[in-house]
Amino acid sequence: MPDVSMTVNGRAVRGTAEGRTLLVEYLREHLHLTGTHVGCDTTQCGACVVHVDGLAVKSCTMLVLECEGSAVTTIEGLAPHGGSLHPMQAAFREHHALQCGYCTSGMVMMAVDIARRLDEPDEATIREELKGNICRCTGYHNIVTAIVAGAKAMAAERE
Amino acid sequence: MDNQTQNPDLHPPAAEGPSVGRPVRRLEDERLLRGGSRYVSDLIATSDALRVKILRSPHAHARILAVGATAARAMPGVVAVLTADDLAGVGALPCDWQAPGMIAVPLHPVLARDRARYVGEPIAAVAAESAHAAEDALAAIAVSYEVLLAVAEQEAAIEPGAAQLHDALPNNIGYQFRREGGDVERAFAEAEVVVRRRLTNNRVAPSPLEGRVVLSEFDPVSGRLVHHTASQLPHPHARSLGACLGLPLHKLRLVAPDIGGGFGAKLCFYAEDVICAFLSMRTGRPCAWSEGRGESFLATTHGRDHIQYAEIAASRDGRITGFRSRLLADIGAYAIGMGPGVPAINTGFSVSGPYNIPNVATEVVGVFTNRTPTGPYRGAGHPEATFLLERMVDELARELAMDPAEVRRVNFVSPSAMPHRMPTGWTLDSGDYAANLDAALELAGYRALRARQAALRAEGRFLGIGVATFSESSGVGPSIGMGSVGFRRAGHESARVVVHADGSATVFSGTMSTGQGHATSLAQVAADVLGLAPDEVEVVEGDTEAVPFGTGTFNSRSMAIGGTAVYEAARKLLDKARKIAAHKLQRRPADLTFEDGVFRPSDGLGVIPAAAHIGKKVEDKVVHAVFRRRMGMDLPPSDREAGTVTFADVAREAHLGHDLPMGMAPGLDETDFFDPVDMPSAYGTHIAVVEVDPETGQVALLRHVVVDDCGRIINPLLVEGQLHGGAAQGVGQALMEAMVHGMGGEPMVGSFEEYAMPRAADLPSFETGHTEVPTKLNPLGAKGVGEGATIGATPAVVNAVLDALAALGVTEVAMPMTPMHVWRAIERAREARGTKGGGDA
Repeated sequence: MPDVSMTVNGRAVRGTAEGRTLLVEYLREHLHLTGTHVGCDTTQCGACVVHVDGLAVKSCTMLVLECEGSAVTTIEGLAPHGGSLHPMQAAFREHHALQCGYCTSGMVMMAVDIARRLDEPDEATIREELKGNICRCTGYHNIVTAIVAGAKAMAAERE
Repeated sequence: MDNQTQNPDLHPPAAEGPSVGRPVRRLEDERLLRGGSRYVSDLIATSDALRVKILRSPHAHARILAVGATAARAMPGVVAVLTADDLAGVGALPCDWQAPGMIAVPLHPVLARDRARYVGEPIAAVAAESAHAAEDALAAIAVSYEVLLAVAEQEAAIEPGAAQLHDALPNNIGYQFRREGGDVERAFAEAEVVVRRRLTNNRVAPSPLEGRVVLSEFDPVSGRLVHHTASQLPHPHARSLGACLGLPLHKLRLVAPDIGGGFGAKLCFYAEDVICAFLSMRTGRPCAWSEGRGESFLATTHGRDHIQYAEIAASRDGRITGFRSRLLADIGAYAIGMGPGVPAINTGFSVSGPYNIPNVATEVVGVFTNRTPTGPYRGAGHPEATFLLERMVDELARELAMDPAEVRRVNFVSPSAMPHRMPTGWTLDSGDYAANLDAALELAGYRALRARQAALRAEGRFLGIGVATFSESSGVGPSIGMGSVGFRRAGHESARVVVHADGSATVFSGTMSTGQGHATSLAQVAADVLGLAPDEVEVVEGDTEAVPFGTGTFNSRSMAIGGTAVYEAARKLLDKARKIAAHKLQRRPADLTFEDGVFRPSDGLGVIPAAAHIGKKVEDKVVHAVFRRRMGMDLPPSDREAGTVTFADVAREAHLGHDLPMGMAPGLDETDFFDPVDMPSAYGTHIAVVEVDPETGQVALLRHVVVDDCGRIINPLLVEGQLHGGAAQGVGQALMEAMVHGMGGEPMVGSFEEYAMPRAADLPSFETGHTEVPTKLNPLGAKGVGEGATIGATPAVVNAVLDALAALGVTEVAMPMTPMHVWRAIERAREARGTKGGGDA
């Protein structure tokens, strides 16, 4: 089996994987980072969004071998262990933007990406930007509210 | 559920507490937000379990001539292959809600033996060292089929000469359930106005984002099975699994950890649970199966799917005098889970909604077809009844040229007439429907909306305003009533409350959160009784070894029934704590008050006045802070306030047992089973505002207003969340979602590419409000809230679209109201009026 090495949540990782192993499978089953979830098998739902080299990607759509040498951040790496929540995570909690929690890590990783790219987008823009993320529980109302607030908090932190 | 007790003073509502009624932020969120979830799939990812894959029927109806598994068994990594021949002695999947009067109950086999009856039915299973190896082996299983004619729709299924699914069920009719009250014949004979319609309620897929998932671990040495599964009903499903496998329940522990949404789909007990457990018992290894999304569309129960014939009779002033309906409900290929009972009972009994309709007749025909079995989906029968009724009320309003809100108002059961026994036999326990409607009309700015609609129509634009009201018999029970309608489940719910030696508490509840936030809301209920903060209470659900026998979560019952059990258990526990406190203070229990976690004599005698005590309190605080910084923990609370006893003191005493009242057993550990006398009726009003583009058929949902009444609100934040998510699902059914099948029963939907789940840009922000009429059927005053918004949203949106299109002569658009359906309806109406426009495509 081919070798693969990358940085995951700031930690150097080296291993072997079958060629057909998806990034999400590698994260969950090899590295046991189970915060990233799988909600479909056709790249529709976005539950598996992580950051690869700073960009949001659906980790069910990349083979792990494509990530050779990349820096991957998952939900577990967003806020330091034992430290306070990332502003976007905190906004999701404050605004009740999660119910079952299954889509949540993908939503938060996507939301961070949206806020980084667009600074402080309005609600309509956020709704468009979320076209690749499905939530069955919240009707998106509180997710959109949380992203507005989280993006604002991230902007304040940058200043 | 006929045996209503109508005692209005049954339960005086409990007092509001420090956390009940407040938007407490969820205690479970931080863990979920940091990626610390414990879904069954997370447990599988870190286990060495064999991976199980299922071979499914590609045919809607076929005779199975042979299943050849020899080649698959020899493949690398394959540990076991199961076919029906391997399952001798394994029982079929149970149907726990058989409609009254069913002629025969065709049960779903674990693996099909001679015949497959829907696309997706399990035929064989493989357990292998990896998912890839199991998948490869599936391709090597050779099945020869003789394809049979299939029936793909309920009206075709009952035609003479239609293909028959089950030998014992001629014409594919499982039951014909009738419910009648009043004199319906006479009401229609004497009616000034009668409106008739044929409606369809589309088949949809519940689609929780987490599919079904199982990890079964059998220990051959002890003979114990630990079975992890995404189940809304841990205890009933343990019983089902035990029955299928002949495994006694003391050797079976069923664990449902985090669950990624349910919506009814995880109420059914499915083949894959039995397959994984059986394979684990056979191989001695843990066995795991995760449902792919494509599998989910085939093999997890669907919801709704009625063809509805309805007639409404009324007088010219809008008063409804009669309602008659015949509903053809598609049960799918087998009677499984709650499938047959949902349309018969939940729809059949609730067709008159919040209205005082004296004469009602309903006939529900349960029909078997070659499609995936149906089951409860958020609202379970109530959305079907409400859609039927609310469509007909709107048609009546149009016929009479009355405002749809006014037609509803004149027919509401009035608060003074509560509790109101409906002609079908169910009871509306409490509510003020007119006040709720008024709140919604005001929130929507209804009058201004109508003016805006008229102005836009003058510009050739088509705004539609849709109103729907609903009532839902939520919080199902009592047990005796469920038994009387063939529902083989308990109607009670359990709770065990344990206070630990330091005064913190654990609540064990038979309910099962699939995202509703029980870890917070049930903690609030217990915390207020025990004088604790919600985060001093841990809620444990979904473990049959830890939690006393309970029923589970469905029919919006968790708070009304489960929450009440928590409340009652906590009260019992507080009674005991009070006795211990009284013993310590040498007072009578009744002479003590309990406030902010402290027992005090109500006459104040023996208590050191607060002013004299301030120095000590400050000193205490400083000592605690220093100790905490050094040791990372708190000092045990002390009763420095002489003449009072804290709850934590009592907890310590209860565990030490050094000085308990004579004869009292140590410990603070109480259990309650709450079995209600009836179902509280939740209700609400939805107002949807849409604009329809007549050239493309595109519907834009501009606004959606929900005013809900779920009785006493425990946590407004969570209630809002339920309204948003529930409404989104109702909107989805109205505008986007459909499980479509071809003429041969072949599913045309296999992924989220074909199944249109509502996305963020498809929905507006919801505008919500509340009225709060507590029920007297439980001491919390709580009614259900999980399903209400789904029930109300679908007809409100449909009524809005039809309101927009009425000006174009359109009278019917089938759900989902996709651009194609809407555009075709507009074109048909134009053709019918001979004014066909240029929109040819």
